[in-house]
Amino acid sequence: MAANQVREHWGSRIGVILAVAGSAVGLGNFLRFPGNAAQNGGGAFMLPYFISLLVLGLPLCWAEWTMGRYAGTRGCNSAPAIYTMLWPNRLSKYFGSLAILIPLVIYMYYVLIEAWCLGYALNYLTGDLMLGSDADSYQAFFVSFVGAEADGALLAEGNRRWLLILFGVFVFNFALIYRGVNKGIETFCKVAMPVLIVLGLVVLVRVLTLGTPDPNHPERSVIGGLGYMWNPQAEKLWDFETWLAASGQIFFSLSVGFGIIVNYSSYLSREDDLALSGLTSSSMNEFFEVCLGGLITLPAAFIFLGAIDPEMVQSSFSLGFQTLPNVFAMMPAGRFFGFLWFFMLFVAAITSSVSMLQPVIAFLEEGFGLRRHASAAILGLLSALGCGFVLYFSENLVALDMLDFWVGSVLLFLLALIQAVLYGWAFGIERGDEELHRGAHLRVPRVVQYMLKYVVPVYLTVIFVGFCYFNVGDKARAISQKPVAMASIFFIAILLGFVMILVHIAGRRWEAEGRFDNIPD
Amino acid sequence: MTPGGWIVMILSVSSVLSLLTFCLYRVLRLPPIDLQQHLKGPLEIDTRDTEDAD
Repeated sequence: MAANQVREHWGSRIGVILAVAGSAVGLGNFLRFPGNAAQNGGGAFMLPYFISLLVLGLPLCWAEWTMGRYAGTRGCNSAPAIYTMLWPNRLSKYFGSLAILIPLVIYMYYVLIEAWCLGYALNYLTGDLMLGSDADSYQAFFVSFVGAEADGALLAEGNRRWLLILFGVFVFNFALIYRGVNKGIETFCKVAMPVLIVLGLVVLVRVLTLGTPDPNHPERSVIGGLGYMWNPQAEKLWDFETWLAASGQIFFSLSVGFGIIVNYSSYLSREDDLALSGLTSSSMNEFFEVCLGGLITLPAAFIFLGAIDPEMVQSSFSLGFQTLPNVFAMMPAGRFFGFLWFFMLFVAAITSSVSMLQPVIAFLEEGFGLRRHASAAILGLLSALGCGFVLYFSENLVALDMLDFWVGSVLLFLLALIQAVLYGWAFGIERGDEELHRGAHLRVPRVVQYMLKYVVPVYLTVIFVGFCYFNVGDKARAISQKPVAMASIFFIAILLGFVMILVHIAGRRWEAEGRFDNIPD
Repeated sequence: MTPGGWIVMILSVSSVLSLLTFCLYRVLRLPPIDLQQHLKGPLEIDTRDTEDAD
């Protein structure tokens, strides 16, 4: 970074909280959480869920806020520089490659999902999604809309209108990121998050006042729908998969391990609060997940469709883009509420996607001394290439699924594990506790530090191993059977290699500048 | 909906709402942050390398 360049910063306390919460709140809160809960014991799911929040989610969240602010006040904003500041070792910056790769790759497919949401919302406005009560027609609409019938289907004549939406969403993300942390991300989140709350509450009131719309099915009522979601099946508590699902839900939901929170908090000043801000952003995420996601999605589906096929519930795409449109078709004023719902998902998605770009921008600026327009242009080109890859290889969404699994899940676990070890064993919990409480408006119990050092790495490892045990077999088989799956792996590997080379060059530059010669305590 | 379902739902929703209310109440009561603190360039960052100058 040029010496005369003004450092990026947040403009207000609530601004950074809303930005971090916006980064965490996404489709997972409204689609993945209710599906996970219903599949894993209903109300019984909440016990491991809240335990995971206390033992895993909040400590990891505080650790990321702490590491980011510590390095940020010493002039580091990108993950490779932050990790080197925390653990002065020649290798540490290469771990930061993952914190660049993960948000970059997730953005490549997340922006497509974001465009689906906006596309669905617009289709409600035009009335094209009011297809009656036939469930198959919604499946057919989705398959055609996302081009799942064949590779390159979205580029065929007749499907190109949707590409305009994608282009608009892509440009909007970059317009926000180009304006910077304060004027772009913060300003947008200060508007988007309250809008999101209002939209969510309007849909919630609609669902909770539906009563018993079909007199032929008196069991399909609001109370019945809530029971479908919340009735506890205590026996599921003895099932390892329930605990795995709950821990995974907390982990993915809070956006820990992305490299985003460390980047965001690096723009805080030395005396800014971390403890209360971290807790507030996490509790905001929980509000969207438990209070809105838990009370809207499955109860609404049950009221009109009854008990739903478990396979439909398990897949967020099936639940969100096939089951719910069927529900809105039967709901009074369903066209309006369908629009509100998908527009809400779009807003939730965009507050997340914009946060994925910032860590990469920060690295390009810091590692190569680039100005914002240059780094935004390079990032735009890189992400457009990846987005084009996912867009073209759309058959059965194999490419999207592969990137989501290997980067959005497996590498994400790895990075979270690296960060937990870095915090507990390299940075040190003494220093961590001191840094966390500098300027803090909340006292975090000391036991959290011990959990970060001893419990969190073990807990994460157990979840990671369990996750791999249940999922890697199918995905690995897909690689050997489907050429697109293999191509996706190559794509990830090439991109990782490229990012590591960039990190290496940036590291040489920092060494030449003597940037880490006298790292202060 | 069973009594267990009601209890879990009310406990979960009210816990999250209480936590969020507590946090927002604390955050919004705090004085605004000093923007000057945020405008430090890299050269103004305290590296503590002058602490033992004497």
